[in-house]
Amino acid sequence: MRSLRRFLDNIKPQFEKGGKYEKLQSTFDAFETFLFVPSHTTKSGSHIRDNIDMKRTMSVVVIAMIPALMFGIWNVGHQHFLSHAIDVDFWDKVVFGLWKVLPIVVVSYVVGLGIEFAFAQYRHHEVNEGFLVSGMLIPLILPPDTPLWMVAVSTAFAVIIGKEVFGGTGMNILNPALTARAFLFFAYPGEMSGDKVWIAEKADTYSGATPLAEAALGTSNPSVNFTHSISDMFFGFMPGSIGETSTFAILIGALILLVTGTGSWRIMLSVVVGGIFMGLVFNLIGLNAYMDVPFYYHLIIGGFAFGTVFMATDPVTASQTNTGKIYFGFFVGVFAVLIRVFNPAYPEGMMLAILLMNVFAPLIDHYVVESNIKKRLKRVKKNPELQAKLGAV
Amino acid sequence: MKVDKVREPLFSARNRKLLTAPLNKDNPITIQVLGICSALAVTAKLEPAFVMAVSVVAVVAASNLIVSLLRNTIPPRIRIIVELVIIASLVILVDQILKAYVYDVSKQLSVFVGLIITNCIVMGRLEAFAMQNKPWPSLLDGIGNGVGYGIILIVVAFFRELFGSGTLYGVTIIPASFYEAGYANNGFMILPPMALIIVGIIIWVQRAKNPDLVDKS
Repeated sequence: MRSLRRFLDNIKPQFEKGGKYEKLQSTFDAFETFLFVPSHTTKSGSHIRDNIDMKRTMSVVVIAMIPALMFGIWNVGHQHFLSHAIDVDFWDKVVFGLWKVLPIVVVSYVVGLGIEFAFAQYRHHEVNEGFLVSGMLIPLILPPDTPLWMVAVSTAFAVIIGKEVFGGTGMNILNPALTARAFLFFAYPGEMSGDKVWIAEKADTYSGATPLAEAALGTSNPSVNFTHSISDMFFGFMPGSIGETSTFAILIGALILLVTGTGSWRIMLSVVVGGIFMGLVFNLIGLNAYMDVPFYYHLIIGGFAFGTVFMATDPVTASQTNTGKIYFGFFVGVFAVLIRVFNPAYPEGMMLAILLMNVFAPLIDHYVVESNIKKRLKRVKKNPELQAKLGAV
Repeated sequence: MKVDKVREPLFSARNRKLLTAPLNKDNPITIQVLGICSALAVTAKLEPAFVMAVSVVAVVAASNLIVSLLRNTIPPRIRIIVELVIIASLVILVDQILKAYVYDVSKQLSVFVGLIITNCIVMGRLEAFAMQNKPWPSLLDGIGNGVGYGIILIVVAFFRELFGSGTLYGVTIIPASFYEAGYANNGFMILPPMALIIVGIIIWVQRAKNPDLVDKS
């Protein structure tokens, strides 16, 4: 440890102003603060003056994603061998899963961080840590068979168009990981929808329909038949995107986020409430078989749980005010179920619902702040004592 | 009344600028942000984009010329109606020619040829330039703005057709071996939002090259 510190201190002058590698200052800074907690603190604004930086917050989110990732790796192997009706042991499944999932993770990080470093260097900014999370989210929300070049193209699109044009981390309107997924969904629908893509190298004779696809048939069929039991859906023994199948593993992540205070409980709770609300409304209407699917199914199929815990809670693109967060989350839940049931062409409503509400988040905040101002002004007007205290307003 | 006897040469510096400014620093799409609607609608393929560009050049140039010739006789209070009648007649003329000679493309462009009437560029140039200037500069201004619009259309259509359909002007460019190796056309390119994103990227590149175009905040 100490020798590493000494090594960094030794080479540091070369990266500072006037040094040999002056141009690579941002890159050096990124690695230095990654390895050691920086010694400087925030200088301006009303912040808590602590030298913990954004990397530590991001690390918590990455740790929270590990259960979903681990389960996803195993499940990719499990579903593959299941479809071929081959009985193998635990480690074979894990090895197959790793062989499928690791390249996607590597491509997503290399492409995304490469672009981030290039922009930071060019603009002489610090390298931002936001992509540490996005780079892990992207693989988790893709089907296991996504070609690597598509992963690269969509990651590049998400980082450049979704983030850098707005000014980088903290300035983006849309969640970058979902932007990547939406890009893939619209650009290469063959790789992102249908029954073929959700199991890696699926056997042709095996139906790879996800519960979401089975439920979508309910709009035209008289009944919905799920091949998976409700406990399979909850624990994630079903085909789907790499990290989204197991609600159980995601809940472990949610617990980590909530205990450390990294994720907003208001958003998580209100998304679930919104989803349940819309599910109940559809249960009451019950015009077709999809509407009759019990409301709690919506919470455990598709990407609802993953979106709730890791996407909707993105601190940059969600509403910032506490009241706003509740409205934001509620409508994410409502729209997710609404899109699923009303538009079977877009089976995964969660992605579109979150992106839609990302766009509305600033508007929600605006009205929350406005109403707060009005409320306070009213209080002052009603109370002559307060007026006297405040002087002539 | 004293008449200015010195005649300006046909391609004086000022007139040349009328022709070239809209191509870059005064581009109707990327700087004035006019005519976006049709730029999104007709640029999925190069051929309709090219035909659309030619049609708009013809309409803007001819209407600029005609309005400029009539500018002293048009009563100011009804000028918009007069201008619209002129544009509409020209657009109908263009529409008939397209139907006669390039029927397929005319089908693809459908309503957007007719909508040239409402293209802000045409009306904008008449109001901003042709009503105050002589016929020759007005003609040049019309051609310049039409071409400035057309260039953007063609650049956008180039990328959309190449990556969205793997063809250029209907000719397959991306070899079959690419598709066998796993390449796929980008379906997003065919959708209008991608045209908006490409126009945005063009604006980004242009302003990065000319920092004086960036809006002062």
